[in-house]
This record gives sequence, C-alpha cells and structure tokens, in this order.
Amino acid sequence: MLRGHLTTWVLALGLAAVPVSLTWHGSQALAAPAGTPADPAHLDRGAYLVRIMGCNHCHTPYKVGPRGPEPDMTRALTGHPSDFKLSSANSAGDGWVWSAAATNTAFSGPWGVSFAANLTPDPETGLGKWTEEMFIATMKTGRHQGKGRQILPPMPFENLGNLSDQDIKDLFSYLQSLAPVRNRVPSPIDPAEVQR
Amino acid sequence: MRQRIATTALAAGLVAVAVTQQVSRAAASAALDPETLPQHLTGTGLYAADDPSTVAPGIRQFLPQYPLWSDGLTKRRWVSLPEGTSIDATSELAWDFPVGTKFWKEFSLKGRRIETRLSWKSSPSRWQMASYVWNEDETDAVLAPPDGIPGLVEIVPGRRHSIPSRSDCIACHGASKTGPLGFNALQLSNDRDPNAIHGEPLGPGMLTLAELIDHGVLAPAPTHFIADPPRIHASNPLTRSVLGYLVGNCTMCHNGGADATPLGPSLSIRDLLEDADAAARTLTDRPSAWQVPGSPEGHSVVVQPGRADLSALFVRLRSRAPSSQMPPLGTVVRDQQAVDAIGRWISNLSR
Repeated sequence: MLRGHLTTWVLALGLAAVPVSLTWHGSQALAAPAGTPADPAHLDRGAYLVRIMGCNHCHTPYKVGPRGPEPDMTRALTGHPSDFKLSSANSAGDGWVWSAAATNTAFSGPWGVSFAANLTPDPETGLGKWTEEMFIATMKTGRHQGKGRQILPPMPFENLGNLSDQDIKDLFSYLQSLAPVRNRVPSPIDPAEVQR
Repeated sequence: MRQRIATTALAAGLVAVAVTQQVSRAAASAALDPETLPQHLTGTGLYAADDPSTVAPGIRQFLPQYPLWSDGLTKRRWVSLPEGTSIDATSELAWDFPVGTKFWKEFSLKGRRIETRLSWKSSPSRWQMASYVWNEDETDAVLAPPDGIPGLVEIVPGRRHSIPSRSDCIACHGASKTGPLGFNALQLSNDRDPNAIHGEPLGPGMLTLAELIDHGVLAPAPTHFIADPPRIHASNPLTRSVLGYLVGNCTMCHNGGADATPLGPSLSIRDLLEDADAAARTLTDRPSAWQVPGSPEGHSVVVQPGRADLSALFVRLRSRAPSSQMPPLGTVVRDQQAVDAIGRWISNLSR
C-alpha cells in the first residue's frame, strides 16, 4: 500500500524535477579521511556537482516534509535503507512502466528492482574501499566498479559519462569526505523472467 | 639464438619457421596507423596479402589450456609480434608485450564465423581493441561500431550473442596494462591439464610456453619453466581443473590487482602455482557483498563448504540474470559443464 501510494506520488512529481534539492545547502560535515588532504576547491566543486545533478533524489532516502516528499538530509547519500524491505518487484501496467519505492531509493521496472547505492565512504557498505580509478571507470562505462554488472536505471550514467575526468574526481573527493554511514544496500533483484 | 631455434622448429615439422622471421613478413604486410583501426579485418594483417583465406605467415595460433567460456562458440586465436622484438618477461607471470603486438580471436557458431576480435598494442600505454563482423558468406569482416552490436545472432533459443562495445573490451582487458588474458605462462604451459573444463588438444604448430622460451621470444627467458612447467598444484584433479576454470574466467578481474576488483575475492596465479589448495581456502567462508538467496542477510559467503547452493561463487556462475551473473559480461548462456564441476567441488569440500 505504502509502495503504491508513493509510487504514484513520486512519478506524479517527476523524478528529475522534485524541488527539494533547494533544501540542500551543502551543510554536511566535510570530514576528510585520515591521510587524504582535501583540496577545498575540489570539495566545493564536488558538492556543487552533487547538488545540481540531483544525486540526493535517489541516493538519499525520502521523507515526507511540509511540502511533500523530500530527501531526508540526516541520511544524505546513504542509499536505500537496509531496514526498508522490498522483496519483489512492483507490478506495472496500464501504461505505467516503472515505479519508485516510498523512499525513492528503490525502483522497479523492466530491469527488475534497483537500489540506490550508499555513496558515503563506509568501508564495508559504501565507497570506502573504492579507488578514484574505479569511480571514474564506473561513471564512464556504466558498469559497477567499471568492470561488473550494468548500472541499472534510473542512474543516468549516460549523462555522467560526459563529465570531465576532473569533475568525476571532484565528485569522488567530495563523497569520500562525507562521514561514513554503515548501511548495507540490497543487491539488485533481477526480473522474474531472467531469474534462471 | 633465434636462427638456431628456427632450425629446431623446422626439424620438429612445424609449419612455421622462426617466429621472428615470420613476424617480420606479417609486420611488413600490415603496418597499422597507430591511431586508426582498419575498416576491414584484412587490413589488420591477419591474412596473407595474396590470399585472404589464409592466415599470414608469421602469425601463430595458440590455445590457452583453460579457455574463457563464450557461450559454447568455437574460437581460434592468433598472435603476431613485431620483427626483432621480444616479450618482456621480467615479471614471468605478467608479461609486457612490445608495441605492435597483435592478437586475434575468431568466434564461430555452427561452423560459420561471426566475428574476429583484435587486440593491438598501438603504443607503450595503449591497447586498442575492436571487433570485425563477418558477412553472411564470410567473404569479408567489417569493423564493428564502438558501441558494439547487441543481439547479433541467436546462440540458443532466446539467447543472442552480442558484439561487445569497446568499453566492454576495456572492462576486462584494461586499456593500458593488461592486454591479452589467455596468453601467459600458465595458459601456454606444456604441462596441460587433461581435465580442463572445455580444454582442447593442441593442434599442429600451436605455440607453447616451451617454444617461446626456446625461441628467445621471452626476455629474460624463464628457463626453469622448461623443466618445471607452470601447473596449478592442487591435491586432486577436480580442484586443479576448477581453479583453472577460475583462472580462465574470473581472474581477469579477481586477481587482487589494485585496478581490478579489489573489493571481491581474488586468486593470484602465483599462489595457485605454489599451493593451489591454500589459495582455494581463501575463498572458503570469505564474506560476499552479494547477497546469496537463502543465506542470512549480511552473512553470504563466496564458498560455503558442502553447500554449493549457499555459495556466491556457484550461484552467480549458474545465473545468467544480468545483475547477478558471473562473469558479468561476455556470456548469456550458462556453462553447465562448469556449473556441474564447481558444484561437485564445493559439495566435496569439508570444514
């Protein structure tokens, strides 16, 4: 029920145009990992890119605020919450092709179910062990870690692949500067017809 | 040195003469612009200039003992080195090829050629990779577009072979460092695994490690591999063949290298040559970030002894669902022979 309700709501708003990005003011703590001197200019650039590219719309769980659903910035960029269970795809039909979960961090469509990744530098559940090279390769190839499975919709890797290497590096520097949050995002669920 | 070896090769009845002499002719017939891929396969130098149905002199066929699974397609592979060059074998298990080295791999389905892939070291820091797609009557093969050709031909009902994009080529081979994956000391070892999954017998004239050493093509020459050829030293034949399969199908990424899947399980060929059982044990009970269906959340493992169904290695190898299958690209059909062997191997493991 919740899923269906939010599905309609989110799709009605249009995923690319939810105005809640305006609520983000770049106020997150920028704690550079030990041994990694952070260049403020590059961090600012990375934070700017996160804001204008709408990363929070999928990688930050939504909550319902006074103006409707908006990213819960207390959980910024932590991905699909591990305690929000979705065991199967939402059935679409009647003209609907895909839908989003209440948190706007899980998406069901012809590709199965995708879950937005934890982008904080937690070593076990986030990007803590990722290298800059892996991150660039992921953005450029649309493959997980630059080598693995396809990155799934609605991640707009076709757009991100056009970023300059320096912009991707700045994004990575910024993400690595966030406080690590442990949140194990589920693996994608394949569509039923290919689960064999 | 190479002249002496040429005599040896001829005496052995090989079709080829000395590798470097052959290569000189091949190189002369196909000096490629270092920035531009030829539009036709014939322009890459694979075939004789006066006979496009015959592989050019100097280009040698080889056969890795642990082949990559390619959905059951038949493959043939060739290599050519520029005249007067050698392969830098300073790292005897990770060779560095001279600029101008070319590898080709031909894919056929039911006797008809589909595509031939080219890996070409065009500069000290760059491997160019591309595929050439054969026409229906196999009279010509044309350069595929950079994005590849999805679903070109049906392999089995509902499953189609795709020409890979160049970025997918790089995903496995790397753009600057790795290059060829099936041409190394273990894959070309003269101590071939008789139980290798999908292993094939060597044909006449196919290159082996011993020949490369004898011909001085490897520098410095790892001469100890003559008396003691590289071999996966495992306690039983099944473990040897399973680990060999993982070498051929997984270690292009899962090799522990800094640029290759550092987050997942890994096997190094060096470890497999020294103590394969110990290397295999590093997979046992190793946590897997990928959630195995049926395992408690957050407690999935790569290999659970006795329980193939709860081992990520087995479940992902068996799967051909896009988000869970391993390898993640280059295959759309399950390798049942490998699934059976690896399932049996895990079931036989005890704590």
